[in-house]
Amino acid sequence: MLKIENLHVRVAGKEILKGLSLEVLPGQVHAIMGPNGAGKSTLGNVLAGREGYEVVEGSVSFEGSDLLTLAPEERAAEGVFLAFQYPVEIPGVNNTYFLRAALNAQRKYRGEPELDSMQFLKRVREKLSVLHLKDELLHRAVNEGFSGGEKKRNEIFQLALLEPKLAILDETDSGLDIDALKAVADGVNLMRSPERAFLVITHYQRLLDYITPDVVHVLADGRIVESGGPQLALELEAHGYAWVKDRVAP
Amino acid sequence: MSGLLDSLKTGFDALPAAIVDAQGLGESRRRSLAQAFADGLPGPRAERWKYTPLRALSQRSFVDAAVAPKLHPAFLADIPAPRMVFVNGHFDAALSLLTDLAPGLAVQPLSQALIGDDLRAVNVLGRRFEHADETFARLNASLSFEGALVRVEADAKIAAPLQLVFVSTPADGDLAWHQRHLLELRENASLTVIEHHLATAAHRHLGNHLMHVHLKPGAQLLHARVQDEDAGATLIARTDAALASDAQYRRVDLELGAGLSRHELNVALQGKRADFVSGGVLLAGGRRHVDTRLGIEHVARDTRCDLLWRGLAAERGRAVFHGGITIREGADGTAATLSNKNLLLSDSAEIDTQPVLEIYADEVKAAHGATVGRLDAGHLFYLRARGIPEAQARALLTLAFAREALGRLLDPALIEQLSPALEARLASLEASA
Repeated sequence: MLKIENLHVRVAGKEILKGLSLEVLPGQVHAIMGPNGAGKSTLGNVLAGREGYEVVEGSVSFEGSDLLTLAPEERAAEGVFLAFQYPVEIPGVNNTYFLRAALNAQRKYRGEPELDSMQFLKRVREKLSVLHLKDELLHRAVNEGFSGGEKKRNEIFQLALLEPKLAILDETDSGLDIDALKAVADGVNLMRSPERAFLVITHYQRLLDYITPDVVHVLADGRIVESGGPQLALELEAHGYAWVKDRVAP
Repeated sequence: MSGLLDSLKTGFDALPAAIVDAQGLGESRRRSLAQAFADGLPGPRAERWKYTPLRALSQRSFVDAAVAPKLHPAFLADIPAPRMVFVNGHFDAALSLLTDLAPGLAVQPLSQALIGDDLRAVNVLGRRFEHADETFARLNASLSFEGALVRVEADAKIAAPLQLVFVSTPADGDLAWHQRHLLELRENASLTVIEHHLATAAHRHLGNHLMHVHLKPGAQLLHARVQDEDAGATLIARTDAALASDAQYRRVDLELGAGLSRHELNVALQGKRADFVSGGVLLAGGRRHVDTRLGIEHVARDTRCDLLWRGLAAERGRAVFHGGITIREGADGTAATLSNKNLLLSDSAEIDTQPVLEIYADEVKAAHGATVGRLDAGHLFYLRARGIPEAQARALLTLAFAREALGRLLDPALIEQLSPALEARLASLEASA
C-alpha cells in the first residue's frame, strides 16, 4: 500500500530524513518509535504534503502511484489521513460544516456522489455513538476551545468519518491522560480492517499497550535502524533510546 | 476653489427660501454652509482624514437630486415590512411599507417633519459642528431636507426589524444628497434596525448621511448596517450615538461596497452601565477605499464597550481603521475591548489600522490589539489535509474571518439574512484574484 524508498527530506535547509525506507501492507499496523529529533513528525508531515518539507531524494508510492506529486487535498482524497500532533483551532469554521466540506470534496474527487445534509448527519451520528463522543462537538468551531484530549479525539472522529486507506497518527498519544489514551486507542481499533493500514508514530510505548502493532520500527537520525515485532517496543521501554545511538551509521 | 463645495452651494442657492427657512432653520443652514466654505474639505494635514485623501472628490461637481426616480418594486422584494425607502436621497412613499406599525413605533420622513409642527426635526438639525474638519456634517446641517425619524415609546418592545433602505440609481449627472436621521428609543424601549445601502446599477453619486442615535435609560437597540453600494459611489456617513444608563447598543457594520466609503461612528456612554457591542467588516477590493473611524467615549462609571472589527484588502483596495476609545475621568469600573484583525489578500492592497486608547480614569479594564496578516498557513494545511481543495479552503477561512464580526448580532436568523451579501462580495473578490 505504502512504499517509501531511500527518502531524504530537508526542512529549512537541514536534512532530517536521511534515507528512510519502509513498506506498509494493507491491514497492517506499523509503529514508528524513536527519540526526539529522529524525524518522526517530519515523516508524517511529508507524507501529508505540508509545505516546507523538501524531498531531495527517494520516492513514496501509495497504491502504486507517486504520492509526492500530489497536493495535500489529493493525497487525502486518495486515502491518506494524518492525525495531527497539534490539531489547529480554526475560529469561525463550524466543525460540522468543515467535516461535510471535507468529506464531499473527497467524494467528488473520487467521482462519488456528494452527501446531502441528512445523509451526512446520519453518518456523523453513527460515528459519534461508536466513539462515545458528544454531539456538542459538532456545533463548535474546529477545535476551538477544545482541551488537548478533545482535540485528539476529534482527530480520531475525523479518521472514522473520512475512512481513509492509510491513517498516520502523529504522536496522537502525547499529552493524553490514560482515559483519553484508551478512547483514542478504542477508536483506532474499531477502524482496523484488512483493507486499512496504520502508521502509528509515537515516542512512548504506552499507546502500543492498547494498539497492538504488527511491526515496530525504530527511527533514529533520519533512518530506520531496527525493525521487529511488538516485543521491540517493550525492549525500548525497558532500555530507553540510548542504545540507538550506537546503531546510527556515521 | 473646490468644485465639490461650489457645486453644492449652487444647489443650495437655487432652493426656494420657504424650504431653506422651514422650521426657522434658515440661519443655521446658511451658517453651516458658510463654515464649510470657510474651512474647506479636510486636507492631508487633517489628522482625522490623514489616510483618506479627498483631493479627487473635492474637484468633482454634483447636482441636486431634484426629482425622485421611479424604481421597480421587485428590486426590493427581499426586504420585508416595515420598511422605509429612500431613492437617490428622496423618500419613496410608494416603495415604503409603513402601514400597521407596531404600537409604540413612530416613523416619519424628515421632509414631512419640516413642513409639520413637529419640533424634533429642529432639535436634530439645529446642532452646530465647530471643528474645522467636520465639513461633511456642516454640509449635512445646511443641505439635509430628508431622512428617517424613528421613535420608540417607553417600554415598547418592537419585534419586527425596521428596515431603512437607501437606494442609489443612475441619473443624468452625478448627484449629491444629504440625509439626517434620528433613532430615538425612550426608556426601556427596544428595536432592531437594519440599514441597507444599495445600488440598482453603476453610478457616481455622493451620499452624505448623518445619523443620531439616542438611547434613553434601559433602551436596547440592535442595529445592522449593510453598505453594499456600487463601486463608483461615494458614501460619507457619520453616526453619533448617546447612551443613557443601562442602555444597550449592539451593532454590526458590513462595509462591502462603494468606491469611497467613510464612516465615523461616535458613541458616548453617558449613563452608568451603558453598554456598546460592535462588530464590523471592512472589505476593500478593486480600487475601493473603505475607512471606518470609531470614537467611543466612556463618560459614566461601569460602562462597557466591546469592539470586534475585521478588515480585508484585496487587489488595489485600501482599508483604513481607526479604533479610538477614550475613558474620561471618573468613568471608573469601565471595561473596554477592541480587537482589530486584518487580512491582506494581495501585495498591492493596503491596510492602515490605528487602535488608540486614552485613559483618564483609575479603575478600568482595557485591552486593544490590531494585527495585519495573511491567511494562517497552518489553518490552510489542516483543511487541505482533510481533502478540501486550496481555493475552497482559502474561501472558507476568509469567510470565517469576516463572519466573526457578523456573529456580534447574536440573532442567528438575522446573521443568516445578512450573510449572503458578505459571501457574494467575498466570492467576487476571490473570482477576480
